[in-house]
Amino acid sequence: MSHDAPAPVRPLRDICADVRRGHTSARSRVDGFLATIAAKDGEIHAFNEVHADAARARADAIDAMVKSGRDPGPLAGAVIAVKDNIVMSVGKTTCSSKMLANYRSPFDATVIDRLAAAGAIFIGKTNLDEFAMGSSTENSAFGATRNPWDTSRVPGGSSGGSAAAVAARFCDAALGSDTGGSIRQPASLCGCVGFKPTYGRVSRYGLVAFGSSLDQIGPFAHSVEDAALVYDAMAGRDESDSTSADAPREPLAAKVREPLAKLRVGVPREYRSEANAPAVAAVLEQSIAAARAFGAEIVDIDLPLTDIGISTYYVIAPAEASSNLARYDGIRYGHRAKLEAGEDLEDLYSKSRAEGFGPEVQRRIMLGTYVLSSGYYDAYYKRALQARRLIKDEFDRAFAKCDVILGPTSPVPAFPFGGKKDPLSMYLCDVYTVNTNIAGIPGISINGGFADEGGKRLPVGIQLQAPAFAEETLLRAAAMFERA
Amino acid sequence: MADTTTEALTDADILKIARLSRLSLPESQVATVRTQLSSILGHIAKLQALPTEGVEPMAHPMKIVNRLGADEPKGCMPVEELLKNAPAVEDRYLAVPKVLGEGGGA
Repeated sequence: MSHDAPAPVRPLRDICADVRRGHTSARSRVDGFLATIAAKDGEIHAFNEVHADAARARADAIDAMVKSGRDPGPLAGAVIAVKDNIVMSVGKTTCSSKMLANYRSPFDATVIDRLAAAGAIFIGKTNLDEFAMGSSTENSAFGATRNPWDTSRVPGGSSGGSAAAVAARFCDAALGSDTGGSIRQPASLCGCVGFKPTYGRVSRYGLVAFGSSLDQIGPFAHSVEDAALVYDAMAGRDESDSTSADAPREPLAAKVREPLAKLRVGVPREYRSEANAPAVAAVLEQSIAAARAFGAEIVDIDLPLTDIGISTYYVIAPAEASSNLARYDGIRYGHRAKLEAGEDLEDLYSKSRAEGFGPEVQRRIMLGTYVLSSGYYDAYYKRALQARRLIKDEFDRAFAKCDVILGPTSPVPAFPFGGKKDPLSMYLCDVYTVNTNIAGIPGISINGGFADEGGKRLPVGIQLQAPAFAEETLLRAAAMFERA
Repeated sequence: MADTTTEALTDADILKIARLSRLSLPESQVATVRTQLSSILGHIAKLQALPTEGVEPMAHPMKIVNRLGADEPKGCMPVEELLKNAPAVEDRYLAVPKVLGEGGGA
């Protein structure tokens, strides 16, 4: 399967308008996607579980509402795939881990409730790096997802299943979670839009916790406008998440087509790194030229702490993970090991966790435990929190000079399976995305161009970042790049 | 403190970290884990060169202080529903190995 020239996709708002008017049935849309999934997902493996019956029933209910004169909402008939670390009361929520292989949530995440209330239909749960830890989806306990553009390559991660599902046209949009780039990097590698809102914009209630001060849910979509439409329906304060933001918010989907006058685009010197793959460097320069052509002012800026981001992130995220994942003890839910005679409760914990978690998750739990342990806390964790403050301050200073920051999303296009076996080499893929989460600001990846690798066209994303709560600027600027 | 982060991890360190993490680690994997964690910590050591004197640590991107909820009772999830995910149940309780007695236990 290859995508040499994917046909354009109709705007989701037009599709949903057709469903609301009864010009298109939600059921026919669901049946169409299910047929595509049945034909192609054997090869791609974007889904851990397809909710065919639930999706059909939900589509029929939406069509019945339209027939009876009721409006199902702005996302009427929109078909959405959900990363399998966001809980739903339909099916299982596995986090692509043996630990939760049979876990069934007794409740729906807030984002699920809100999207359902807007008329969306959920088609299934998508594959991920186990507990969202990874950048290739190779860490899934249920097998890797393949990149629809070249099935010998990874889709990126950790939300690789969601990115691949959108790229393979298995759905209109998908949900992911982004702790250090897990929405933006796979979007870059799969050629779709991936949007991480400001920390706190979207409720984390029902998102299985990884790094609680970094995690944020966001959409994958075919366009910036489609992403905005999904975001509009799920963002906003939630009583069930004490870290969800009260900040004022207006619907953005109707605004993203309006260009921004006098847009100042900051390009950090550090993002034009020699470590970027040639195609990534070329796409960045093309995007800078495109921005000049649509009238933006290009501002050279410095973000000298870019390089310290990986070190900071790989202290803070594992520290938070080691605490969050302590809940998997083999007692209340999740995998429980069988004990031998003479083994006790301590053995039950240690064996259940060793059997239930894969190698990367265990590595991060141990790393987090180490940096938080007595004698090392000040040297690692406290220092990383100080670096975090410095990184945030550096962004604040940069945003005094520009409205958005432009750069690559990933230093490399999609790489072959097994291409980054050494854990550290995989971590270094996150160099342009982790600081967004460290500072809590919004970021988006859109396709910027293509690389040619072995006769295959591979998408190359560009990333825009904006100040906290400046989603409107971010999305309107992204739409300008999208049109360029 | 100054030297703690430049010291190489030993096998004993790895076994201690695994125990604190409640992860049973087979003897055969200790060397691999030591190599991998040492490589990651070697990279993270860059933090030591960062001037952080007087910088207030930032644990969270948002300034939220003591957000209070309405003091109203709410329903909770049914116990039977929650127990469906438990690996071992006796009556309406979670079943665990014996914790006290015979010199063993936690």
